[in-house]
This record gives sequence, C-alpha cells and structure tokens, in this order.
Amino acid sequence: MQPGKNKHDFNYILGLSITSLVLLVVLTGFFYTPYDPNKMDAALRNSPPSLLHLFGTDNFGRDILSRVMKGAGTTYIIAVSIVFVGASLGTIVGALTGYFGGWFDEAIMRLNDVLTSFPSILLALVFVSVFGPGSYNIILALGIIFVPSYARVVRSEFIVLKERDFVKNAKLMGAGNFRIMFVHILPNTGRVLIPSLLIGFNNAVLAEAGLSFLGLGVQPPQASLGRMLSEAQGYLLDSPWYAIAPGVMIILTVLGFSLISGGLANEK
Amino acid sequence: MSANKPAKILLLVTVLTIALSGCSGKNKDSSPAGPAEAEKSEPVYGGSVTVGITQDLDGLDPHKAISAGTKEVLFNIFEGLVKFDADGDLNPAAAESYDISDDGMTYTFTLREGVRFHDGSPVTVEDVVYSIKRSAGMLEPKDPAIVTESALLIISDVVATGERTVEIRLKQADTELLPYLTLAIVPKDYAELDTKPIGTGPFKFVSYTPLQSIVLEKNEAYYIEGVPYLDRVTFKISSGTDAAFMELQAGSIDILPYITDAQASHLPKGYHLEAGPMNLIQALFINNKVPPFDNKLVRQALCHAVDRQAVIDMVSGGRGKVIGTNMYPGFKKYYDESLVNVYPYNPEKARELLKEAGYEKGFEFTITVPSNYQPHIDAAQVIVEQLKQVGITAKIRLIEWSSWLSDVYRGRKYETTLVGLAAELSPGRALSRFRSSAQNNFVNYSNPEFDALYSQGETETKEEKKTELYRQMQAMLTNDAVAVFIQDPYQLTAVSDKLGGYTHYPIYVQDMSLVYYKKGMLPD
Repeated sequence: MQPGKNKHDFNYILGLSITSLVLLVVLTGFFYTPYDPNKMDAALRNSPPSLLHLFGTDNFGRDILSRVMKGAGTTYIIAVSIVFVGASLGTIVGALTGYFGGWFDEAIMRLNDVLTSFPSILLALVFVSVFGPGSYNIILALGIIFVPSYARVVRSEFIVLKERDFVKNAKLMGAGNFRIMFVHILPNTGRVLIPSLLIGFNNAVLAEAGLSFLGLGVQPPQASLGRMLSEAQGYLLDSPWYAIAPGVMIILTVLGFSLISGGLANEK
Repeated sequence: MSANKPAKILLLVTVLTIALSGCSGKNKDSSPAGPAEAEKSEPVYGGSVTVGITQDLDGLDPHKAISAGTKEVLFNIFEGLVKFDADGDLNPAAAESYDISDDGMTYTFTLREGVRFHDGSPVTVEDVVYSIKRSAGMLEPKDPAIVTESALLIISDVVATGERTVEIRLKQADTELLPYLTLAIVPKDYAELDTKPIGTGPFKFVSYTPLQSIVLEKNEAYYIEGVPYLDRVTFKISSGTDAAFMELQAGSIDILPYITDAQASHLPKGYHLEAGPMNLIQALFINNKVPPFDNKLVRQALCHAVDRQAVIDMVSGGRGKVIGTNMYPGFKKYYDESLVNVYPYNPEKARELLKEAGYEKGFEFTITVPSNYQPHIDAAQVIVEQLKQVGITAKIRLIEWSSWLSDVYRGRKYETTLVGLAAELSPGRALSRFRSSAQNNFVNYSNPEFDALYSQGETETKEEKKTELYRQMQAMLTNDAVAVFIQDPYQLTAVSDKLGGYTHYPIYVQDMSLVYYKKGMLPD
C-alpha cells in the first residue's frame, strides 16, 4: 500500500516524474518568475515564443511563461483547497452514515444523491451567481460539490470495516463511537481515500479551469490556468502559443496525477 | 421622461456592447484603409450588392421591430419626416421643412411635394398622421405589438392642418423630439406591412426569406436625384460572425459590417476596411457619492493617471477615438473635441492631486466589469496596471450582466465600473442621465448648475443656443471628472474594393443608398 514499495510500476514512475516536473515549475513560481506576470508592454503584444519570452507574450505583452508559473500556482492552491473542503466534509458525512447506518444513513445519502444528480458545473454556476465570483467562493462552491463522491467512498469503506474484528475489540474495550470512527477505522480507509484524493485534485484543477474559463473564477488581472485559456480563446488563430502554454500545463498536471493514482491502484 | 426610459437605454446598452465585444486587440499594422483611394474613381449606376448580417430580422413592420439589427436594414426602405445623415444631423425627408414653436409645444411640418410610396401613391397628410399615431400607440384599437419609443409618449395630438401641413402637439414642452420623428411613414391603413412593407425610402422591398435573406431593389421614384446607385441589395443572413466571415472569404458577401479585430487582420484579397466610430462611450464610470470618489480631486487624479491612448492601443490595436466627455464624436455639431485635452496623461500631476486630497499613500478600490464583455475586461486590466504607477490599487470584479444591471446600474452599489454606453438618438438624451434626479443617473452625479443648464436646453428651440448649452454641459461633466472617459471604439466593416461610398453613421444603420460600384468594376 505504501507508494514506492513496488518500484516497477511504469505508470507510477512516469506519473511521479511528470508531477515532480510540474510541481517544480509551480513552486519556483511562488518565489521567482522571469518577469512580473502582470507587467504589460504594448510593444510586445502577441509576440511569438523567443529566447527572451520562452512561451511568447499575450495580448497585453505579458510574459506567458511567468503567467503560467504564477497562474498554475493559483490554480493548484484553489484545487488543493477544494479537495480539502470536499474531502473533509465528505469524510465526516461518509463516516457518520457508514458507521451508524439506519434512517440517518438513508436520509443523508438521498440528499447526497440529489446533490450528485445536478451537473456540477451548473451547481457551481448557481452558487457563484448568488454569492459572487472570486477564488474563495469557487473553493466553497466546488468543495461542496465534491462532498458526495468522498462521502460515498468513505461510507462504503466504513460499512465494511465496522464489522471487522479490530472494531469489535475496540468496542468491547469501551472505546467511544467517535474514537472508533476516527482513530480506528479512518486510517484504514487510506487505501481508497488517497487515490480518490488524487483524482479529486485533477477534477478540481479542471473545474477551476472551467469556471475561470467562463469568467466566474479567478478575477483578472490575476492569472490562473483557466483564466489564461479564457483570455487566449480570442487569439487561437493568430497567437496559438497563448492557449498552448496553459493548456499543456493542465494536461501535464492531470496526466501526472492520473498516472500516479493508476499506479497506486495497480500496486495492490 | 417616462418610466420605461431606463429599460430602453438598457436594451441599447446591451445591443451595442455586444457589438463591441467582438473587437479585441491585434496588430496595429493592419490599420483601417481610408476611403481615400475609393473616392478616386467615379461612381457608376447599377449592379447588385450583398451585405452580410448576422441575425435574422424580428419583423418587417418598422413600428414593431425592436432589434437594432432589423432597424439598420429597414432604414433603406422607410423614411420619416426627417432623416439622419452621416454627421448625425437631421435633414428633412418626407417633410420639406419644419418649425418648432417658441414654447416648444408644437411642431409644424410641411410635406415635400412629389414624395411617393413604393406602390406609386403619393404621401398624404393622412398617411403622416396615421404613421405617427400608430408608432406612438395612439390609434384605437391599440396594436399591442407596436413598440413605442417612450419619447413619443409626450405627443398629445397629431392633426392635419392643411393639404400639406401636419401639426404635432405635445403635452409639455420638448425640443428634443425631432430625432424620434425619424419614425417610418407608412401608407394609411395598409395591412400588409408585416409581409410586404411599403415605405418611401431609397429601396423597395422585394422578398424576405427567414434565416436566409431580404432582397431590396432600387426605388426609381426616390425624391433625391441621383440616389441610389445600386439596382439591387441583398442582406444575407448568416448564423454568426464567423459564418458570415467565411462567406466573405468565399466571396459571396460584398460588405460585412461589425467584423472583429482578429477577422480584420485576415481580410481576404479584394476587400478593404472601413472604420468609423461605434458611438459607444467606453468609460470608467465612477460612483460620485462613494468615498474617496466624492472628492473631485481624487476623480481628477484618476483621469490624469489613465493613459487613454495606451488603453486603446493595448485593447484594440489603436482602433478607437479618445474622448473626453459623455458625447459621441459622431454628433459632429455638438461634440466638443477640445475636452479630450483637459486631462492629459500625467502621473506626476495625479500624485499631486492625490496628495492635495489627502490620499498621499494611495487607496484601494474595485472596478466592476460585466463578465461577458471582453473589451471592457481588457481595458480594466490595462487601467489596473496604469493606476499602480500612482500608488492606487484597483481590483477587478467580474459580475454577470444581469447582476450588473441590478446592482450597479439600478442599485448603484459599486465604486467604479467599466462599461460602454450606447448612442442615443438625440445628443440631449446622452446628457440627460447626469441630472441629479435622473433615474438612470447611475454615477450619482449631482450638480445644480448642470440641472439648470439641462432644463434650459430642454425648452430652447434655437439650434445655435442649444448647441452652446450642450457644449457647456459637456465641459461641466469633464471638469467635474464624473468619469474617466476613455474612447469611442471603431467599428470595422469589410467592403469589397469594387465598391465606394460606404458611410458610417452615428446611429446603427447600413445606408446602401450611397454605395456604388466604381467605374469599370461593375460585374456584368
């Protein structure tokens, strides 16, 4: 179960290398970018990739490489926060319903179904139009939308695990329900929880990109991968490099994490 | 001013800002080719031209059509008592002269002799009375489909006072009604306007196929000698700008208005660009009642801190005209060009003003921008960068168009907003929103002197005096820095090199009567 125990899974290694590369770029972006990502220069509008501007410049003459570095960072922070919100709420819900069962379980899970039955982007749109756009609101909106999938995963694990002997032992020893749930059972759900966190991160990156693409997420002039794609769409024919850089970044991120979680699953 | 006026304005704002949303920046080098070379060759008569339009007509009855896209086509079929020219001035059309009484309560029109409808019947005073009453919703029974301009509600009666004279009486004095009397004159009690429209304009209606085209032919009996040049005009309806541009590239369209900047740089051989002002006032509108913007010095500092030409260069590759006040350059007579230079780009001066106002360390504020209009978002981004130079931190907040309307436009809950205000038919109405009591005064401007000037202008019947008053009001808006006026963006039209005479209007129309084939260019 520990990553790295099986050193030979190709997907896992490939995923890990792509992800490290991407993370390196993003982490560097927090401390250093070749240019000020918001610095405009009329003389450089839409200039193609060159030695000075490796990924070219956008319609304001801003350096695309710098913006991708900063923008990917923004996207990642948002994605991690979304997963954090979704996974923690989802885990609590899943743990309670799975452990206690009964009518409580029924009621909550039907609510869950209702939430799942809405297309997620639509739900996020409603949320954002009510509470206004901005990074914090998309974190909340998407976080809540992510709750059902985690609740489901954790709940099914809990249903299985609560019948196991170590749980019964703990009960006999007089441990309280909450201690059993979060100290005894929860650590054992890691097998399914970790890959779903990785996949969730991917989905969150895509969802942020989607919302920002629609103009509802990160506010300009701040960069995020989705925001950049959205701004690039008007220049697809003339300056394709504008869309390519953030697009490739999203692809690499998603690919890397997918390969890692696929690799983890294979290793069992 | 009636209550549904704001709604009308909103509609216009919507329509025109959508037009604007097409243009987003690109190369400077493909700047508009002037009509200079086009004018070298003399016009010949005849030929047919296809114009691309990107939305279907919402009807053929001129009194029922709402969308600007329909009106710009019907402009060729119908005319009113008066008609706009390319400078935004009104010329007599079906009327040969008019007189406004000194109290501004009565308009008297004398009909032109020899004006005929397309079916050959002469235009009578009955037709005129009928048309005005119909359009103003004064006919009984009222046709619910007729869309009445709220400005017309001020009419109390329309009477034929002679063989060739018509008197329009008003409920209260209004000298701004004239632009609305461009409303179409139609034959009295003619029931087939919806399907076979008959007007007095330079072109006759031939056929209309929904979602495909509307075909017009020359009105030989048009009262202006020598116009129109073309025998036939086809407005071809495409499903969108991209589709229309593809048809242009394939050569099946001769004139395509409202092309985007990106398309302009991919113009096929044999076409050139005609650029004209869009009649949209793009500005960073300021809520004049919210601190720190309730301080005039701060607003002036903002004006000095924004390099408007740089915004235009950055956002639309230089295709726009810097403006300094809330008036469309297209209204040549009223527009005060000198106001452009009141606030030259000067960060030093801006800092001084801020210091004087007590904001030496700068401040933070929010620019609210409707999220569906990329050119406005782009302009806001450039301004954010420029304001950094003087220590002001601006944040952009994108909101949906509907929330913009409710929160910003009606609710006035904002600090600043970057949008475009579309042209009004009359220059006076462009200024009316700045009266303290105006419902659509979303910038919360309040200046008793301005209000006094405005009411003086409302009743002034002498054109020179009126123009003078308008100029004073414009200057007042600029000096009080009610907004950072940025530009009137250009709209771009692709025109075949074979054609000449294409003219941009300060209103939303496509006038085909002036378009002609150059000598030797006429296809057989």
